Formats: sequence, structure tokens, C-alpha cells
Amino acid sequence: MVVALARAVRAACDDDTVGVAPVELDRPESESVTAPDRPWITIVWNDPVNLMSYVTYVFMEYFGYSKDKAQKLMRDVHNEGRAVVSNGTREGMEIDVAAMHGYGLWATLAKDD
Amino acid sequence: MAVHGFRRTATGRIVLKADDVERGLLATLVGQVLELVSPEDDPWGSDADPLARMVGIDPDAERPDDPALARLLPDAYSDDEEASSEFRRFTERSLRETKMNHATTVLRALAEADHKVTVPTSEVPAWMGAINDTRLALATRLGITEENHERFYDLDEEDPAFVHVHVYDWLTFLQETLVQAVTGLTSEPPPGWDEQD
Repeated sequence: MVVALARAVRAACDDDTVGVAPVELDRPESESVTAPDRPWITIVWNDPVNLMSYVTYVFMEYFGYSKDKAQKLMRDVHNEGRAVVSNGTREGMEIDVAAMHGYGLWATLAKDD
Repeated sequence: MAVHGFRRTATGRIVLKADDVERGLLATLVGQVLELVSPEDDPWGSDADPLARMVGIDPDAERPDDPALARLLPDAYSDDEEASSEFRRFTERSLRETKMNHATTVLRALAEADHKVTVPTSEVPAWMGAINDTRLALATRLGITEENHERFYDLDEEDPAFVHVHVYDWLTFLQETLVQAVTGLTSEPPPGWDEQD
């Protein structure tokens, strides 16, 4: 996705080892190993407008969840005020949030603490 | 206004039965949403950055001041304004276009239809999205929130919001019948629903 591309380009710009200048190839192993990205989550929030049936439809249609799973998540949104509907990389969650906004659901992404 | 809504025919087609008044009202409301989500200016004009235009970046995208538009184009992060702004610059243009396409599809179908509107499977997402966006915008205009929405079920006829709430209820009915016709799913009736006429 575009956001991910922009973020990668910015990281590359901030990293002064990226470029056409010769780089030292025998960097210590520990420096080249980056910490794995912590999981991110997509949260769908309750609102008084989106119908229960529509929310269930969206979870089945977009995420491919079974009717049971989609209905459970829909009830969590309705009763708890929010539900975590997907998790993964930040870029993946940005795609999911953008899709939820396309359907008219109120969704945000966050780091899973 | 006789209300029929959407249904699935014996041959499996999704059909909206709606008289002239209903189709006219729906077209007006969806047209208002189209106007609402259409960008005021065109950052992709002839002098725009061609690369930004190619990848759909809108460098000027900001959280809308209009609450109805802000509900249709919400923030992606609840506690990170900077990340939300960045997300908006890179994705808002595409989100607006999705919603504009949904509205345009419905408006075209309504303009071409008579009292029966057949919705092809390929256009189901557009109808669901456009009717839902219209409900979201109207609910925001009416000030319907999770805390207060029950008071709207027994509004006095003298209340200036009375007619609008009935229009909102009608859109809700359309959406409910559309989802049911497509998926068989139904919602539990909200509290106070039985008291409505």
C-alpha cells in the first residue's frame, strides 16, 4: 500500500547507509537484525447507525469470516463497544482500516499492547 | 408512501420496489452524499505533482471540519494525530472515490429505472455503501449518538427533526431489507421499534 511505500522511502532517506556511496558490507551481525514488527490490530467501534446485519455482512464479505465468527464479532462491537477484528503488520491493518472506512464502519488501528 | 424495500425474487434477483416519490427522495439524498464526499478543489489539476497524482496522494488532505464528512472519512488512529494525518494524505482520495463511485452507481440505476430497480450482484456493494453513507451523514446531522439514539424513537410531531427521523428510519428499512435480501441476515429490532407506525 502507498502508506507503506512512503514509510519505507522515508526510512531509507533517514538511513544514511542507503545510497550509491560504498557501504561497509561486513557490518556486525547484531546490527543487521531488526526487531520483528510487533503485531498491530484493527479495532471496529460501536456506533448507533450501522445495522447488526450489515456489520455481520461486512465481516463475512471482507474478512471471509464464517457467519458464526462474524456474528460473534458483531455482538462484541455492540455489547463491548469495540472488537478486534484482525491483526498483523501495520501495513496490513492500514489496508483493513481503509476497507472498513469504505464500508462505513468506524475502525482504527493500534499496536497490540 | 407505500414502503416495499428490497427483496430477492424467485429467480434470485435483488429488486427494489419503489414509487416515484421514494426513488426521487433516495436520489436526492444519495446526490447530497455525492456532493459531500466530492473534493472541493482538484489537487490533481494540470499543475499537480504527477507522481502524487499517479499514486493518489492528496498532500492537502485534513480532517474535515464538517462532522458528517468527518464521519464518512474518519481518522485511522484514535490516539495518534500525526499518523492519522499521514494515513489521510495517502488514502483519503481513494476513500472519497470509493464513496463517489457507490453514489454514482446508485444514481445512474435510479435514473434509468421505473418502479422496480433490479440490482445486479456486481452493484450490491455500491447500494449497500451508498445507503449506509447516507444514513451515517443523516444521523450525524440529526445528532444521533450511541447515548441518545433511543429518544429519537418517540419524537413529537412538532419536533423539527421529526420528518428527518422518519426519512432516516426509511433508509434504515431499505438497508435492512437489502442486507436481508442479499445475505438472509437480519438485525435484532432496536428498543422501541414496535412503537413506531
